[in-house]
Amino acid sequence: MLKVRGLKVYYGSIKAVKGISFHLHKGESIALIGPNGAGKSSTLMALSGIAKREGEIILEGRNVVRFSSHALAELGLIQVPEGRQVFSSLTVEENMLLGGFVKRKDKYWIKRTLQSVYTLFPTLAERRSQLAGSLSGGEQQMLALGRALMGDPRILLLDEPSLGLAPVIIEEIYDTLRKLRQENSLSIILVEQNASLALEFAHRAYVMESGNIILSGETEMLLSDDTVVDIYLGRAQEGFLE
Amino acid sequence: MKWMWNPRFEAMDREDLEQLQLERLQAILHHSYRHVPFYRNLFNENGLGPGDILKLEDIAEIPFTTKEDLLAGFPYSFFAVPLAKVARIHTSSGTTGNPIVVGYTKRDLQYWAHLNARILMAGGLGERDVVQVSFNYGLFTGGFGFHSGAELLGATVIPASAMSISRQINILKNFKATALVSLPSHALRMGYRLQEADIDPRNLSLKVGFFGAEPWSESTRQQLEEHLMIQALDNYGLAEMGGPGVSYECEYCQGLHISEDHFYLEIVDPVTGSVLQPGQEGELVITTLTKEACPVIRFKTGDITSINYTPCECGRTLARMSRVKGRVDDMIIVKGINIFPSEIENIVLSFKELGPNYLIRLHREEGLDMVEVQVESAFQDEAKRKILEKKVCEELWEQYALEVTVKVTRPGELTAFEDKKRLVLDERSI
Repeated sequence: MLKVRGLKVYYGSIKAVKGISFHLHKGESIALIGPNGAGKSSTLMALSGIAKREGEIILEGRNVVRFSSHALAELGLIQVPEGRQVFSSLTVEENMLLGGFVKRKDKYWIKRTLQSVYTLFPTLAERRSQLAGSLSGGEQQMLALGRALMGDPRILLLDEPSLGLAPVIIEEIYDTLRKLRQENSLSIILVEQNASLALEFAHRAYVMESGNIILSGETEMLLSDDTVVDIYLGRAQEGFLE
Repeated sequence: MKWMWNPRFEAMDREDLEQLQLERLQAILHHSYRHVPFYRNLFNENGLGPGDILKLEDIAEIPFTTKEDLLAGFPYSFFAVPLAKVARIHTSSGTTGNPIVVGYTKRDLQYWAHLNARILMAGGLGERDVVQVSFNYGLFTGGFGFHSGAELLGATVIPASAMSISRQINILKNFKATALVSLPSHALRMGYRLQEADIDPRNLSLKVGFFGAEPWSESTRQQLEEHLMIQALDNYGLAEMGGPGVSYECEYCQGLHISEDHFYLEIVDPVTGSVLQPGQEGELVITTLTKEACPVIRFKTGDITSINYTPCECGRTLARMSRVKGRVDDMIIVKGINIFPSEIENIVLSFKELGPNYLIRLHREEGLDMVEVQVESAFQDEAKRKILEKKVCEELWEQYALEVTVKVTRPGELTAFEDKKRLVLDERSI
């Protein structure tokens, strides 16, 4: 459903992504892994229309590289930003409704989806009238995810959902994501620094380094790849690497 | 889908395939740039970076890699991973001087086995088959390549390796091999030996043969199929690309399907180097898309062929290359006509009474290039041989507007040439 070719992304005057190509099938989850500053988050920001970009982003046959972030959101490219970034002075429900902005004319849809997100995250239902700023880190991540779901995503862009969260919370978030993609055949692009987590979750992965994709493949294959294991899964043997 | 080993890739939508090629190409360019000094220099000297290749066609900006380049890197300069990560080494079959050394990581070996399984499955093989691999095992890529493919397929493998024709025939007979993997010339000799020994090939279990590692013609196919009572299938590979597995025929025999998910093929003008259009004949240039240990970028193979992108009846979407017509260096230019020895062979051996041994002699008479074709016949009778000579002359003129003298000899008068290069004797420069 999505084909990206020769994508360059600029971060100010710096070229953060240097002409990468990747693709995503419907219902598939792909991961972008790699060290800090590799260009993973910039790639997501380009897909959601926030960052300055050039190249080809072909969504179902149409090049959408010049589309505004609003137009991209309407097409279903919805990002869950890194570090949650919820509106802390608004209530949980107000945050959720903001996420449903592109669907604001469909009152029935909003109501139904709000209900299903609350079912998915009962904690959010309990705290619907609390200020988002009063939520724990894990709850804020759930809210960020729930808010993205309110935008009716076709491709969910997830930026470091595990960042700063306790392992048990991370597990809960990923379990929910698994459920989501199974039930709604949601397509997901996941950016993670925690490579083993990402490789366990995604079907395929792209390994990024200084703005380039240097390796790609089925996650099963990458998990058995010595280089990936050595460098990204932190099992480097001393004295081996060049 | 019935006879496809990797239908997901062999019958992939062309647009998806090209996307996959681009993704893999970009990754392999970065990999080569970072780990092979030759490629780093090649890029830098041409003001290029691996990131400048934004679409498949951009590959034309990268200079070619030649056999000489690879030879100069003997033994390990082209390795893109440390030796500790190299699981296997093979070499080209260079007869003089150093060979080209090719390394494989564990993953390279896995992919290689899959590529060879594709070849065998396209010929209808499965786990019930008994595959006799008569290629040389050892540093040569052929034996081990097909061996791993046949094993992956679940077939029973006989690593016959290179041994005498009579021993090969004994194995064929006693072990009830259903498939033979060998050089076409080797198989042809087996066929003739069967005839001499009065063994009816129909009494063998053999049903299909996979032939490659040297160019061969349609008439050789006919002879192989008649003498061994098999379907004879062509496949193409070369040591520089890791051995067999670049392309292979399906049951329709209308060109060799290229494993485009692992190799990016271009046809270029052998002189100017410019990329030619689909269907045009020229020199084959190959880029490996998945090789970790020895990635090769835009390798000039010296082989002459063309690429056809139209879909095949078998259901594969992989483009097809025509059977290799010959080597750029083998091309004979006589009186302004470019001709390959294989084209002459094709005509000559289409006569049932002629062959298998033949010789093309090029010489000069009063400053004019002359071609003489010497070919063995089944006839002692001179009158019969004269008639054949005339027929061959006419056919070569008809097909290629080539003027030749033909000498049809008695049986056994021409010795079999073990070294395929001696089929052409060029006396013009002497």
